[in-house]
Amino acid sequence: MRPILLSGHERALTQIKYNRDGDLIFSVSKDQQICVWFAHNGERLGTYHGHVGAIWTVDVDPTSTIIASGSADNTIRLWDIKTGKNLKTWEFPTAVKRVEFNEDGTRLLGVTEKRMGHLGTIVVLDITVDVDAEQNDEKALTIVCDESKATVAGWSYLSKYIIAGHEDGSISQYDGKTGDLIYNIPIHELNMAITDLQWSPDRTYFITASKDKTSKLITAHDLEVLKTYVADTPLNSATITTKKDFVVLGGGQAAMDVTRTSARQGKFEARFYHKIFEDEIGRVRGHFGPLNTVAADPTGKGYASGGEDGYVRVHQFDKGYFDFMYEVERERQNRLG
Amino acid sequence: MAPSFDTLRDEDLDEDDFDEEEVDISDLREKYEVQLEQGYDTFVVVDGLPPVTEELKPKLIKFLLKKLNSVGRTKEENIFMPMGEDGTSQRFAFVEYSSAAEAAAAVRQLDGVPLDKKNTLRVNKMTDIDRYGREGRISDEYHPPQIPPFEPSKHLRSFMADPTGRGRDQFVLFRGENVGVFWNNEKDQPENIVDRPGWTETFVQWSPFGTYLTSVHAQGVQLWGGPDWERKKRFAHPFVNLVAFSPNEKYLVTWSNRPISIPDEGHPALTLDDDGKNYVIWDIETSKPLRSFAQLDTLGAPDENGVKKPIKAAWPAFKWSADDKYVARLNPGQSISVYELPRMNLLDKTVIKLDGVVDFDWAPATSQREGVKTYEQLFCFWTPEIGSNPARVGLMSIPSKEIVRSLNLFSVTDAKLHWQSDAAYLCVKVDRHSKSKKSQATTLEIFRVKEKGVPVEVVDTIKDTVINFAWEPKGDRFVTITTTEPVGPTAVPPKTSVAFFCPEKMKGNAIGNFKHLRTLDKKNSNAIYWSPKGRFVVVATVHNQQSSDLDFFDLDFEGEKPESDKDMTANLQLMSTADHYGVTDIEWDPSGRFVATWASAWKHSMENGYHIYDFKGEALREEPIEKFKQFAWRPRPATLLSKEEQKTIRKNLREYSRIFEVEDAERVNSADVAVVEDRRRILQEWLAWRESVEADVAEERAELGLPIDPIAELLKAKTAELGPDEEEKIIEEIMEEVLEETEEIVT
Repeated sequence: MRPILLSGHERALTQIKYNRDGDLIFSVSKDQQICVWFAHNGERLGTYHGHVGAIWTVDVDPTSTIIASGSADNTIRLWDIKTGKNLKTWEFPTAVKRVEFNEDGTRLLGVTEKRMGHLGTIVVLDITVDVDAEQNDEKALTIVCDESKATVAGWSYLSKYIIAGHEDGSISQYDGKTGDLIYNIPIHELNMAITDLQWSPDRTYFITASKDKTSKLITAHDLEVLKTYVADTPLNSATITTKKDFVVLGGGQAAMDVTRTSARQGKFEARFYHKIFEDEIGRVRGHFGPLNTVAADPTGKGYASGGEDGYVRVHQFDKGYFDFMYEVERERQNRLG
Repeated sequence: MAPSFDTLRDEDLDEDDFDEEEVDISDLREKYEVQLEQGYDTFVVVDGLPPVTEELKPKLIKFLLKKLNSVGRTKEENIFMPMGEDGTSQRFAFVEYSSAAEAAAAVRQLDGVPLDKKNTLRVNKMTDIDRYGREGRISDEYHPPQIPPFEPSKHLRSFMADPTGRGRDQFVLFRGENVGVFWNNEKDQPENIVDRPGWTETFVQWSPFGTYLTSVHAQGVQLWGGPDWERKKRFAHPFVNLVAFSPNEKYLVTWSNRPISIPDEGHPALTLDDDGKNYVIWDIETSKPLRSFAQLDTLGAPDENGVKKPIKAAWPAFKWSADDKYVARLNPGQSISVYELPRMNLLDKTVIKLDGVVDFDWAPATSQREGVKTYEQLFCFWTPEIGSNPARVGLMSIPSKEIVRSLNLFSVTDAKLHWQSDAAYLCVKVDRHSKSKKSQATTLEIFRVKEKGVPVEVVDTIKDTVINFAWEPKGDRFVTITTTEPVGPTAVPPKTSVAFFCPEKMKGNAIGNFKHLRTLDKKNSNAIYWSPKGRFVVVATVHNQQSSDLDFFDLDFEGEKPESDKDMTANLQLMSTADHYGVTDIEWDPSGRFVATWASAWKHSMENGYHIYDFKGEALREEPIEKFKQFAWRPRPATLLSKEEQKTIRKNLREYSRIFEVEDAERVNSADVAVVEDRRRILQEWLAWRESVEADVAEERAELGLPIDPIAELLKAKTAELGPDEEEKIIEEIMEEVLEETEEIVT
């Protein structure tokens, strides 16, 4: 399984997203570029120009029509995928760390940074998924995080809840319509920030990654921890694969915490765990800096990782991956088949 | 309405209702009464005097004064001896000393001292007599002290019986603030026996036979043991830093770099005599101190400014003979003091003067020299060249203090003493310099202690500096590590060579000359760890940033022996090489079956945790643990089986191992079955949960009138929108593949 190395960014990657068909990869980086690539050959389709700060986050709507991006230039921007046109810009008082469309692409949430006297917030914008439509200027909803700032957030199934991960290691569940706080549960170790939150395909459960070196699988409805994956390094990202029951974790000692910069010490590997049995299955090496983001192809054919080293590595799974099965899984498959 | 001042009536003032005087606080007063200085602190009461008449009284007082003045200062007029009505003295006297300290000294030193054959002095403080002698303070009736019924304590060696019958060994793990003891389960998660947070403050240590686990606290040392891990002993040495046991677990030495300071109110275990001391030697059985010692402040050689800096105290400062009968301490450059146990008196009341003595070491086993029938313990020592006198290595027999063997050496820079575990050999590693002092070389002077006259063999084939040396336990082979460059504070440690030595084959039971077997060059290794049973050895690189190899060697390899080694008593084979990044310590388990290696957070904070290998070097288990500090196998006492019984076991080993192998296989199988069962359950739970969630979500969607797959609908809409504008194109791609190529020659 030889990965495709996408070397279009000049600085650390911050987020990677596949579109729903799994044929396009969107990547954002601190070099103020949004790139879109063909997933099957790594050819760059284009870039989106306009941001004037490090870009922290990107998301694509379910119909692959528009993308949203959030940046340290305190804006959320909406882009036409096809033409690269900047359709709309919303301004905020602080940097935007995370954006995410809900399941039908009609709403967009943004997580803003806590800085310069401004509290961290989660804002919700109404979106019309149409490149020609006039977008609404006003925020539909603002949730203020006065306890501990939100670092990541996402929409559950039916856009019923907004789930946010906080800097203090807790997870909050807000009502998707009113923005009322329903629960706030300490999930990860206290004051170990939650660094990523990604959804299962049907958005009924999600996976978190945390600096406390663990990743957890949690239900959206009652925030019950289903599984815990223990790694030996602080984690920056976690994703759930489809077709096969795995999760992929990425992380590594942050550059400032490493006394000696050896690849061995940094543990800059993507780690595969079995989603149900919580066992570590394997690791994929390659990056020479911490992995900042991992994303799984929604069609289950591969995954991509983006590192502090500025590279995106796109991997297509090979036969061994699809053949691998626990004895109990095989047993079940034989019974069904 | 509360009464205001204007309307205040006399009744409202409750002054009359409450009289402080009436409250009976005598019980409290008694309980909390402060002992004030009563001015009588300089007085003592001397009892046990003979009755005397008025005429004989001055004579008695004079006689008494001699005794009294031995501890302090008092005068004739300060002694008051009351006379009875019958004209004779009442057999006691009041004495005033010039200070309270002297009075206290008199109580401590004169109480119980015989005055003459018939009479014994009883000396008490006057204040004490007043306090305890007052009526009602002490009950007149005698109550026998309560002696609790004897309770047998639990067996301290119960750990030898593995409940699973597999003869597993235990180990202790100290990580973070927690200390836990575990059974070694080879590849599987070790089985926890006990785990306690904050069990120790600095480190843990096993006693030499594994009976006790030592914990170290600011207040002193505690020993824990038995099946319930109760506290068995306490040794209150404040601010203790280090602990050492005698080889047979009878005595304990504790050391603190802070001199002991006994507080005014006293100390539970130590007395004023221990004030200012650094070392305490304790009897473990009674947990009482035997004797304490102050640190010897020895000054090293003067540096460039001519200032002599104190040498760091060597540990262990007190070294024990193999049978716990003697303990000795070096006074560097001057002498060795040997003390006899259990009285802790200096042997023959004198130190052993040895001019310039640098180091000494007891034989680790009670030696049996040929032709020597009397009991003896041996120690070796060495003295450097002083003036024109040569350097000398000596072997001294205790208690006779006779020098059994001595060896003169020249051009010696340093010497290290290495005993073989049975005290059969003593290897003195001598670093010699050339006349110009520019180049260095090492020779090994090997004393054959058990042979008649203690012959010395010299191994001088070594050109380089030997940085490490280790005897095979219970054997006669050894490993050295040499380096061409001097070891210094360089960034990259120099390359080293590992050399194996063994005796030549001889007829009969004789042991041949030590010969070089093999050298492995261009290594990084710096440490040697022999299996406690001999034969296997791990040569490792520890405390090294760049490499961390572990080489597992077998010296009695059962395969083919190279022709060149046919006269040797060893067949060397590298079995396996492992790598444990950042390894700081290595230890064999007491049975010689497993090797534990660990990276301790005390040394660095990278990848702390431990690994367990089997003796062949096959990695069994890796466990990274944050803030992992210490690993220690629990030692075992010596076997109780006789030589013959051990021989029988060895003979029938095949049969035993067959049984064990069957047991092992069964255990693995049943464990596998359990794991599979567990996974089946987990998978079932997961599928059931998914089913219920999917049903719930579908129901909710139906209620809200939303499509089951919202995105499919959106995509359909999008395609419909695009549909009329764009014609559907069919792209046909034709692939050709060559399946087979054949060439035929047509004639």
